[in-house]
Amino acid sequence: MRAGLLVAALIASIAGTAWAQGASPYTVVGDAISQPLADKPGDPARGRAIVANRSVGLCLLCHSGPIPEERFQGNLAPSLAGAGGRWSVAQLRLRIVDGARLNPDTIMPPYYRTTGLQRVAKPFEGKTILTAEQIEDVVAYLATLKE
Amino acid sequence: MLLPAVFAASFALAQASADKTAADKRRSGYQDMGAALQKMQDDDTANPGMLFVQLGQQLWAKPAGAANKACADCHSLADMKGVAARYPAMAKDGDKPIDLEGRVRLCRTVNQQAEPLAPESRELLSLAAFVANQSRGLPIAPPDDPRLAPFRAQGAAIYQRRQGQLNLSCAICHDDNAGKKLAGVTIPEAHPTGYPLYRLEWQALGSLKRRLRNCLIGIRAEAYPSDAVEYVALEIYLMDRARGMVFESPGVRP
Ligand code: HEC
Ligand code: HEC
Repeated sequence: MRAGLLVAALIASIAGTAWAQGASPYTVVGDAISQPLADKPGDPARGRAIVANRSVGLCLLCHSGPIPEERFQGNLAPSLAGAGGRWSVAQLRLRIVDGARLNPDTIMPPYYRTTGLQRVAKPFEGKTILTAEQIEDVVAYLATLKE
Repeated sequence: MLLPAVFAASFALAQASADKTAADKRRSGYQDMGAALQKMQDDDTANPGMLFVQLGQQLWAKPAGAANKACADCHSLADMKGVAARYPAMAKDGDKPIDLEGRVRLCRTVNQQAEPLAPESRELLSLAAFVANQSRGLPIAPPDDPRLAPFRAQGAAIYQRRQGQLNLSCAICHDDNAGKKLAGVTIPEAHPTGYPLYRLEWQALGSLKRRLRNCLIGIRAEAYPSDAVEYVALEIYLMDRARGMVFESPGVRP
């Protein structure tokens, strides 16, 4: 049982090593990325601003969340309220980085992946939607959403 | 579990033969707008698209080019009834389909021997709107031309394919999530019922192609060049998907 889990985690971590241009390598273990993507710790206030911004985070196009000053929020996805209670920081990180690793049919964009995409517009080619630092900020913000 | 499904299926069949429109669940973007905008579209004196229709009517009668002929010299207005409801179609001796704007541009250069009309130009859109208006109220009725089939299939494939930095497909929004809110906007079913149409956000009349381009840019996908066959293929697919729905140009949209 334990050996089996270990092997599964190892396979996941090998398969989970991304060498994409524009994204630094990271390691997936199980359903999470435990190592921060950036050196500096994430800043929740900056993260909130990214989530609220329609052309940076784009999150509120699909999600709703406890950001009352943004009146127009989406309902294509679960509310972000309580996300930090449902998931650990490491689990949140993978969900933002590349949710398709958990649900291949997900409509949530892969915020830290540049491979496997088609016909990306020239200005965005080879670039991730958010930088490593921005993702750490967003994760730090989500972690504060306990309920 | 099975019984209600079977019942529902036979019910739907009975409905379809008894009353086509009652069983039709498809919604035009018109139905997703607020009452004020619906009223604006319905009232010819309030619909800003009608100004373009009027301009188109003048251009229709105005001789142009080396041939010094007006559209009206070759076509009767009655012949224009239903045209927009069945386009895109194959060009007479071409091997590629063209949409209504493409047809107008071709007539302009080949038959009138005049300088080409630029894509999305006021003149082109006005002429297209005038022609399209002759089909208002008719059911969308794409031709059963087998030469269109490969282009329709191409359009369907583009519609289903994820693309752009956001990795979304047309189908994800317009089939799977239609009716839901993308930020403040209700996602419509993407039926090309109202084009060319007046969009408040554009402050202008715009073509279906312009709409498709906007959606591509929205998902950060590379837009196709304006004369790309991909747009016409998508238009053919969308018109087929909207077959039987009421054509309403000039529509109004937020
Ligand atoms: C195009 C739609 C879309 C966008 C944009 C989007 N998401 Fe999501 N997200 C989803 C969907 C749908 C799910 C549900 C899980 C799934 O389908 O994989 C989800 C799941 C999540 C989850 C886990 C949900 C839970 O159970 O609590 C989190 C956290 C999350 N998203 C955060 C974000 C953040 C932060 C952003 C912006 C940086 C964002 N999402 C942008 C569609 C989106
Ligand atoms: C992320 C969601 C999303 C994706 C992906 C998307 N669209 Fe749209 N589309 C919209 C929204 C929202 C509108 C409503 C227009 C508005 O007000 O912004 C719209 C409007 C339209 C309309 C106009 C409907 C009307 O009533 O006038 C058409 C047609 C359309 N889209 C086709 C497409 C096609 C084809 C694709 C793929 C190439 C596509 N869309 C991709 C969200 C999307």
